[in-house]
Amino acid sequence: MNAFPGRTARAEQGWFKAHKWLLLRRASQLGILVLFLAGPLAGIWIVTGNLSASMTLEVLPLTDPLLLAQSMLSGAWPVMSGLIGALIVLVFYALVGGRVFCAWVCPVNLVTDLAAWLGRRLDIRASGRIPRDARYWLLGLVLLFPLATGVIAWEYLNPVSIAHRGLIFGMGWGWTLLLAVLLYDLFVVRRGWCGHLCPVGAFYGLIGVKPAVRVAAAGRERCDDCMDCFAICPEPQVIKPALKGAAQGIGPLIADMHCTNCGRCIDVCGKNVFGFTLAYRRAGLGLSEPVGDGASAVAATRHPVSSQPGG
Amino acid sequence: MTMTRREFIKSQAVLAAAAAAGVVLPGGASAQAPDPAADLGIRWDKAPCRFCGTGCSVLVGVKDGHVVASQGDPDAPVNRGLNCIKGYFLPKILYGQDRLTQPLLRKKDGQFHKDGEFEAVSWDEAFDVMAEQWKKSIRRSMAENQDKTVDEMTSRVGMFGSGQWTVWEGYAASKLLKAGLRSNNLDPNARHCMATAVVGFMRAFGIDEPMGCYDDLEHADVFVLWGANMAEMHPILWSRLTDTRLSRPGCEVHVLSTYEHRCFELADNPIVFTPQTDLAILNYIANYIIETKSYDQAFIDKHVQFETATTDIGYGLRPEHPLEKRAANAGVDKKLPSSFEEFAKQVAPYTLEYTSELSGVPQENLLRLARAYADPNKKVSSFWTMGFNQHTRGVWANNGCYNIHLLMGKISEPGNSPFSLTGQPSACGTAREVGTFAHRLPADLVVTKPEHRAFAEKIWKLPSGTVPGKVGYHAVLMHRMMKDGKLNCYWQMCNNNMQAAANLNEESYPGWRNPEVFVTVSDPYPTVSAQAADLVLPTAMWVEKEGAYGNAERRTQFWREQVSGPGQSKSDLWQIMEFAKRFKVEEVWPPELIETMPKYAGKTLYQVLYTNGQVDRFPFDGKVVDDRGNEYDNHESKDFGYYVQKGLFEEYRMFNTGPDILKRGHEMAEFGAYHQARGLRWPVIDGKETLWRFREGYDPHVRHYNPEVTKGDVYFYGNANGRANIIFAPYEPAAESPDAEFDLWLCTGRVLEHWHSGSMTRRVPELYRAVPDAVIYMSKEDAKERRLRDGQVAVISTRRGEIKARVETRGRNRPPNGLVFVPWFDANRLVNKLTLDATDPLSKETDYKKCACKVVRA
Amino acid sequence: MSTERQKSGKTLDRRQFIASVMKTACGVGLLGLGLGLYSQGATSLPAWAIRPPGALPEDDFNGACIRCGLCVRDCPFDMLHLAKLGEEVPTGTPYFIAREAGCEMCEDIPCVSACPTNALDHALTDIREADMGLAVLIDQESCIAFQGLRCEVCFNVCPVRGEAITLDMQHNARSGKHARFVPVVHSEHCTGCGKCEEACILDVAAIKVLPRHLAKGQLGAHYRLGWEQKREAGGALVTPDAEHRYNLPEGMEYEHGGRGLIPEVVPGQPASPVPDNPLDVLNRKGAL
Repeated sequence: MNAFPGRTARAEQGWFKAHKWLLLRRASQLGILVLFLAGPLAGIWIVTGNLSASMTLEVLPLTDPLLLAQSMLSGAWPVMSGLIGALIVLVFYALVGGRVFCAWVCPVNLVTDLAAWLGRRLDIRASGRIPRDARYWLLGLVLLFPLATGVIAWEYLNPVSIAHRGLIFGMGWGWTLLLAVLLYDLFVVRRGWCGHLCPVGAFYGLIGVKPAVRVAAAGRERCDDCMDCFAICPEPQVIKPALKGAAQGIGPLIADMHCTNCGRCIDVCGKNVFGFTLAYRRAGLGLSEPVGDGASAVAATRHPVSSQPGG
Repeated sequence: MTMTRREFIKSQAVLAAAAAAGVVLPGGASAQAPDPAADLGIRWDKAPCRFCGTGCSVLVGVKDGHVVASQGDPDAPVNRGLNCIKGYFLPKILYGQDRLTQPLLRKKDGQFHKDGEFEAVSWDEAFDVMAEQWKKSIRRSMAENQDKTVDEMTSRVGMFGSGQWTVWEGYAASKLLKAGLRSNNLDPNARHCMATAVVGFMRAFGIDEPMGCYDDLEHADVFVLWGANMAEMHPILWSRLTDTRLSRPGCEVHVLSTYEHRCFELADNPIVFTPQTDLAILNYIANYIIETKSYDQAFIDKHVQFETATTDIGYGLRPEHPLEKRAANAGVDKKLPSSFEEFAKQVAPYTLEYTSELSGVPQENLLRLARAYADPNKKVSSFWTMGFNQHTRGVWANNGCYNIHLLMGKISEPGNSPFSLTGQPSACGTAREVGTFAHRLPADLVVTKPEHRAFAEKIWKLPSGTVPGKVGYHAVLMHRMMKDGKLNCYWQMCNNNMQAAANLNEESYPGWRNPEVFVTVSDPYPTVSAQAADLVLPTAMWVEKEGAYGNAERRTQFWREQVSGPGQSKSDLWQIMEFAKRFKVEEVWPPELIETMPKYAGKTLYQVLYTNGQVDRFPFDGKVVDDRGNEYDNHESKDFGYYVQKGLFEEYRMFNTGPDILKRGHEMAEFGAYHQARGLRWPVIDGKETLWRFREGYDPHVRHYNPEVTKGDVYFYGNANGRANIIFAPYEPAAESPDAEFDLWLCTGRVLEHWHSGSMTRRVPELYRAVPDAVIYMSKEDAKERRLRDGQVAVISTRRGEIKARVETRGRNRPPNGLVFVPWFDANRLVNKLTLDATDPLSKETDYKKCACKVVRA
Repeated sequence: MSTERQKSGKTLDRRQFIASVMKTACGVGLLGLGLGLYSQGATSLPAWAIRPPGALPEDDFNGACIRCGLCVRDCPFDMLHLAKLGEEVPTGTPYFIAREAGCEMCEDIPCVSACPTNALDHALTDIREADMGLAVLIDQESCIAFQGLRCEVCFNVCPVRGEAITLDMQHNARSGKHARFVPVVHSEHCTGCGKCEEACILDVAAIKVLPRHLAKGQLGAHYRLGWEQKREAGGALVTPDAEHRYNLPEGMEYEHGGRGLIPEVVPGQPASPVPDNPLDVLNRKGAL
């Protein structure tokens, strides 16, 4: 495995371009944290609460739909602002891609990215295997618990909310959980948490099955098989169909719902193979079939796009 | 990012462990019984409580030079082992974390500078600088007094003393100022507290202080509280009153106030009246007694004479104030002779209907109150404190109450008592008794009478004409004179006038910071006053010195020095006497005065005043030993080389005890007796205390003054004719009343948990936690009208200033609509920025209970 | 990488597939069991932790609360905590410690308004109806008011003044002439705000807020307090007592239902042959 994916890109296009989406993503993750922390630390109250539910400028409610679902499954009926907040979140991620949450918002991403980076640098091969669909089982369990016991049990262990709440309200022993995730990703299963287990990610993946924003391997003919994109991708299985599917008529849109739209493949590719694209642009490009019917993945496979996607 | 990984992990682990342990959890492992072994080796000794005028006694436990424990004194007659919440925390007031331990002087470039920063200096430097300032001012005074008679003399130096001074501190200060420095500008903070009561007593009885005692609390059938929140301000007395109310059949409690406070919980007849209309209510009761012919004709004929007060006397403001200009008789204290018939005519307009309408009190409540007084079979005790005393017509109110008791003859016997309670631990014992008021000399003598001055000069072995005859500046006038540059040196001891005196913005602060004025503050703590001073002297407090207090029932209580003050702190007594060493008589007395007693030439004031063969009469052998063989320090005596406190007290006794004294009725036992007893109530005659004064059988003086007195009869020997005065005074409005802009009454006062300005109690963490901040007590309706909610910060303002505080509509005090109450213990919310410096023109005491304010959302 | 290859591999035989699914199911099942057991322990609220006003009963609360901390943020007095992992309080849920800072009982109850899930029940609109717990004067031995000292700080700071805590005034038999002001908590008015516990001046508070079920006793279902019933009914539950008359010597009265036998007070005549003050007797001239 390449310990330094993106080396060619950096050499050819400069450090900044080779880290553009990473930097934007970090800015997004940290910016959101700053928004939450500006209140308690500096007294500038823009956003209160945390990712579970928040209130922005005292008008915009946002609620984690998964948590709200658990709460409702336990028998509680939320207030209107809670419902509206969840709805806003649902619509937003349905549009931009559910797992955009994982790459652009979730604080645990910082930990798992660190684990992946360390793994590459230190050449640690986490050889454990668990199926990638374990997360759906877990998601089922998470939703079953409140139904069966009336308690949102998942919240006692959820690294995502514990990390975010911890950063804003005080970590307590929460850091041990994050350390566990780091060690697990580093030594047990590569990309083991976000890519295999996290039910939050699974949930967001499910709500963003057909998003408007996607990465496409539009320049796949330029691919020189350096494998940097596979090395850097947190869900590498999503790339192959799009990149190598030309022969089968698949792609170049990365249609897999597990794609987190992190954009790292764009960064590390020295050949400018990847780029973001808007799903509706495909309709505008003269595709005969409407976008709405059937899975976009299927639609895309039948109609390979040859032109360079914009954006 | 200098934190190493190891440090980071360690700190995280500590945090996590703390979190896991639950940090400070209530009911945790810290609950443990006191270790009996730890009590071994504690030396116990008695002392009166440092706080209010009740005069509870505590036992102070000392180990290794620290007060480590305290307990209510189970053998004390006042409190029998009980304390209030402040008394419970007495040991902690000594150990606030910011005790002052060395003198601090404002300096710039190594020199004293009015606008400099405080720097630590030695006592020598502090007194050098201070003496230089004082001598400069005294030279000016001497020049100004050159062609004046002793009755016209003024002075540019003054001292603001305290009802929390020990007896000898007040006495030593009185002597230094009035005799040594020839300045009558000595006034105690009791001017803000008891001055009105003093004038009331003097006008009615010719002698100061209550005729009754706390035993009245167990003997009365009816208690009437006139502007006294005893439940909070005299907590232990309140528990005695309550016990009587609970256990005595037919006992009833009438509570009068301008807002509902904790006493209303016990009130059988709760009365909330419009501010200032207490004057009308008092006259109404007199009117009722006369109309129903309930008065005691025999008593009146024999023991009473009638007088009329001069009316329209102004409000004690600066002479150029419109209210003063408008007043026909501003400041006139003359009384005119009157008669029963005349009096009856004067009170006749105060009918039930008129009074009810004026005061806003329902007729049935007024009637019930009047009937209680008029019932010949009911013994009535009336209690008051600041509601009467801090009142622009407070003297009238005091006298109005005496009028009622005198009409009924309900006075000077168990249970029948008009009783002025004191706020401070030694308002009586010190402020009133040893001559610390601007017009007083020890033992009720006054500076305006030549024979009184001569008597004092004789005892003090001073040249005739040493003591000036003109009344000095009183507390409020001092601030005005400082602002005007006429009082240039000011020494405040044992109180916190910058937080207490009314109208901080317009009078106090400009006065203190006037470049022509040098202000010294002696205090254990950096108070608001200390912040505004030029020189701050660290003071040893309470049991860090040997002391004596006199409480409201004339009980004098002593204590020994239990522990040393921290650092270089010294007692007020030490400071006064040590400062006297800085003055040679030539620097303060004119040559013609020294010529009359040449032996004093070249001497210091210390030598003249204190090593005069009287004060230094009792040797000190390095320690005080009690009857159990325990040994105590006495830092003043050690430093000066003789038993200072005993010498001062015994010299003071020459004023009030013995065959040749001017005024009888104030006799005290000798020094040693007070270290034996849990206090003695004066007059102490042949070792026997006096419980009720002016009544044969209880008070031996009665027979002395009136050998023909019938058994058990009274004789008011304070007045030459043996009669007490019933003095009519009308209702007159307050100095400032709510109007369209400032639409609320502002009343100020205290809370149970904090003592006065909070300089001691706010340093007790538990008390601070219990009542952290001053709040604005107001009615729900008033709050709602101003769109205010409980806990919300509001701005309260008057014509003189504004402060911010949280609104409280659910609290212990429930003001009626139109009035707010703000306590003044909180140094962060100086309510005296708001209060008006209007005073009773007779007593010069400020009215802290009435001015106009408004409250708005912050 | 091998996992991916396996999944994307061409042949995945049926047996392998079932085995894999079973493995996952078992793994997740075990995880679920662990989580379940852990959550059992983690949901128990220690007695010192008090929920904000309007909190649902603890079981429901742990289901409804989504741990967002909005209530914590909207508390104007900043006295709510959000439990951290490792604390005894269920992780992420809001609570306060009365001894540190009690609830100020804001009239508009901002913490409840902020809650997006009704875990803090929006049906609570009058803060005086809140039930966060119940204050109990739990240590009568240490309470100094109980001993007759004039403390009563708990009474003074109680926001439901004069109702949640009252002072029972009793004769202090030890001192003989003082009253004791004993704080008594009334469960129907106490909201459990904890201001009393916060303010208690003892080193360890004598008055504490406890969960109501721990604090409250219950009278036997068969028994009624007669005077309470009479008060509530506004009169006797049965036919009122007949008027009583007594054979009495002259000068005596009998107050039925009151003081009992009492000497009739003749106006102008002292109620007792001896004066109040012993000195009157002792100093009486020619007494012997």
